[in-house]
Amino acid sequence: MRRLVLALGLILSCATVAPAFEIEEERVFDAGSGAPEVRILSTTDTEIFAPLVVAFQMANPGIAVRYTVASTTEVYKAIAGHEAAFDLVVSSAMDLQMKLANDGYAREHRSAETAALPDWARWRDQLFAFAQEPVVLIASRPELEGLTLPRTRADLITLLRDNPERFDGRIGTYDPNRSGAGYLFATQDARQSDTFWRLTEVMGGLSPKLYDGSGAMITDVQAGKLALAYNVLGSYAAAQLAGDPSAVLIELEDFTNVLLRSALISRDATRPELGALFLDFMLSDEGQTLIDRRAGLPRIDPATLASAGHRRPIRLDPGLLVFVDPLKRQRFLREWTAAMVRR
Amino acid sequence: MKRLWFASSGSIRQRLILQLLVLVAVLSWVLYLSVKTVAGSAVETTQDAILGSATIAIAEELRGGEDGVAVDIPYTAFSMLGATGEDRVFYRIIIDGVTVTGYEDLPLAEEPLGGLSPVFYTRSYQSETVRIAAVERSVLVGNKPARVEVIVGQTRSAQDAIVAQMANRAAALGLGFFAIAAVLSLLTARSVLQPVRNLTEAVGRRGPQDLRPVERPVPSELAPLVTALNQFIARLSGALTRTETFIAEAAHHIRTPLATLRAQAEITLRQSPDEATRASLRAMIRSVDDSARSVGQLLDHAAVVYRTDQRTEEEIDLVALTRDIVAAFGPAADLRDIGFDLSLPDAPIVMTADRLLLESAIRNLLDNAVKYSALEGRISVGLALEGEGGAGLVRLKVCDRGRGLSGTRSSTLTGRFRRGSNVADVVGSGLGLTIVREVAIAHGGDFRLTERDGGGTCADLSLPLG
Repeated sequence: MRRLVLALGLILSCATVAPAFEIEEERVFDAGSGAPEVRILSTTDTEIFAPLVVAFQMANPGIAVRYTVASTTEVYKAIAGHEAAFDLVVSSAMDLQMKLANDGYAREHRSAETAALPDWARWRDQLFAFAQEPVVLIASRPELEGLTLPRTRADLITLLRDNPERFDGRIGTYDPNRSGAGYLFATQDARQSDTFWRLTEVMGGLSPKLYDGSGAMITDVQAGKLALAYNVLGSYAAAQLAGDPSAVLIELEDFTNVLLRSALISRDATRPELGALFLDFMLSDEGQTLIDRRAGLPRIDPATLASAGHRRPIRLDPGLLVFVDPLKRQRFLREWTAAMVRR
Repeated sequence: MKRLWFASSGSIRQRLILQLLVLVAVLSWVLYLSVKTVAGSAVETTQDAILGSATIAIAEELRGGEDGVAVDIPYTAFSMLGATGEDRVFYRIIIDGVTVTGYEDLPLAEEPLGGLSPVFYTRSYQSETVRIAAVERSVLVGNKPARVEVIVGQTRSAQDAIVAQMANRAAALGLGFFAIAAVLSLLTARSVLQPVRNLTEAVGRRGPQDLRPVERPVPSELAPLVTALNQFIARLSGALTRTETFIAEAAHHIRTPLATLRAQAEITLRQSPDEATRASLRAMIRSVDDSARSVGQLLDHAAVVYRTDQRTEEEIDLVALTRDIVAAFGPAADLRDIGFDLSLPDAPIVMTADRLLLESAIRNLLDNAVKYSALEGRISVGLALEGEGGAGLVRLKVCDRGRGLSGTRSSTLTGRFRRGSNVADVVGSGLGLTIVREVAIAHGGDFRLTERDGGGTCADLSLPLG
């Protein structure tokens, strides 16, 4: 549910310009009157983050937390457009986070917690990954009855080509035009392998359904509306499919992108020290355990990547900036749409 | 040991070490600076190469078409910029003067672009120093060429970090270099100055009469010094020889005419009947005696002074020497009825000394004793060994019953041309005791005068044996 909260902005600060970005939800975790407040702008739903915020307030009593949820592009617009002052910016859109950091919207922060992060999980001491999520394929068991489950994209292409009648109109994937995450997954796929374009062509021929969120795709697979859902966030899938034998979660073995959820302390922060405090808590062992167990977002762990060679974390490097370029984006989306949407 | 004090103009060793250390410090600093510079330019060249490749990679992907230029930035173009560090990346693509994508305010090159290679420049952008590569390509749009500029910039923190790291290593190397050189310079200074020390020791160890030239091998740098030293020794040796010759000549030239004069005066005295003339002659003879004694003592003193520096040492039996000299004084003592009480050991006392000096000393002691003794007085001459097992001192004691010292101090009387306050009536030059004292000192011994119990004076000369 989205609602335009121009009014809220006016209430928050009557004198300043109203924020020209859309928020989905805002919740204040109170800590008594007059308590300092850390403002977090996030793309992660409040329910998922709430246990972490509560634990943070237990560890640091007397700090209120204002948790604002917005879409990835709105989060980017809010910060890059100096629309509102937030202390901590949490997003799953690595490319946009990278763009913010590269363009100087992030503050440097060094602590024992940030130093403990592996190299690939931080950039310039400004951008820090706090969760790693494989991007997976979900297959419905009843729908694939009698077929071999695909292990690679090449398998998947063969499967789709050989059984067009079974999959026509029954494949779901992100619409990168509408979803930042979907755009990131598609561009990373394209970067990793040429099979992506072949797969897109094949899927395009099977009237795919396009989504702007992982949750709906998983639900549709469970409901039997979809036989396959391609590029779904692993954490959501694992949570939703727990104890459900009707769908199976597949990490494709040619490569499986691993999304890094990341946080940065905003240049415009009013309480950057509180933002840093919350960030350190997120990266601490306690915070990581909570993120892993309660929020269901896998913690940063180089060991799990090392044990599964097909998992490739999307690197926090300037390469991410390429697909943020408007010309590049335009071009990519044109090609993707041409391949995927036939009618 | 007698020591010469002179103004020191500093230590060669310190100067040498200081100069070496300064040199090494300068070299270390130069090393640090050159490594820093070389590393800086090497790293910049490498970074430029990567930046240039990224820029060209973008330029290579430019495609002309009917409706415009297609810009397709390859992922690797920026990804490779992240390979060496975590630098911020900025880019700008301009088609026919219009920025179509990227950072619109990224600075342009001042020099004209052209050619296939990118132009590199450094500018300040977004409050950071940014290294920028710019390249130009001409792309056909329709049938007209469009001018496309690709500009890619990158902050330099990775480069600065690498240069700082290398410079730190160079600094550590320089410090290590300096420490090793410090130790080596100490050793070098020591070994360089070793010949000087050796020469100093060799010259310092020489005996008093060793005036041979220095002949030990020395480094060529010290050769002029040794040559000068040898020339100086030769001059000194010559001067000493001339002094000795002069003393001998003077003794001869003064003593002989005085003896002749005295003989002539005696003859005239015997032949002259005139009492007044005889009285004059006697006075004259006494004066001549006085002069002869003075001259003798002056020559003795000169000889002693000379021989103190130029001793000829030989083994001397002191017992025999004393006995001989006492015997020589027999006639002079007999004239005044003075007798000697000799107390000499039976065994010979042998010591290494200069015979002439010892004779001179003993003769002067006895001469004084005889001179100041009353008529019919007795002089005791004792010679004894002192110290454990006779290894220590030999002591010659000459005591008279003369007029004593009247409280005048021993050290005063042994001064040159000093005489006691109570001896104006006796002929004397005031050099006798000086000679004795100088002989004592030359042999490392001691001389003192003491009041004798019951009147008179005791002269006490002690000399170390060996």
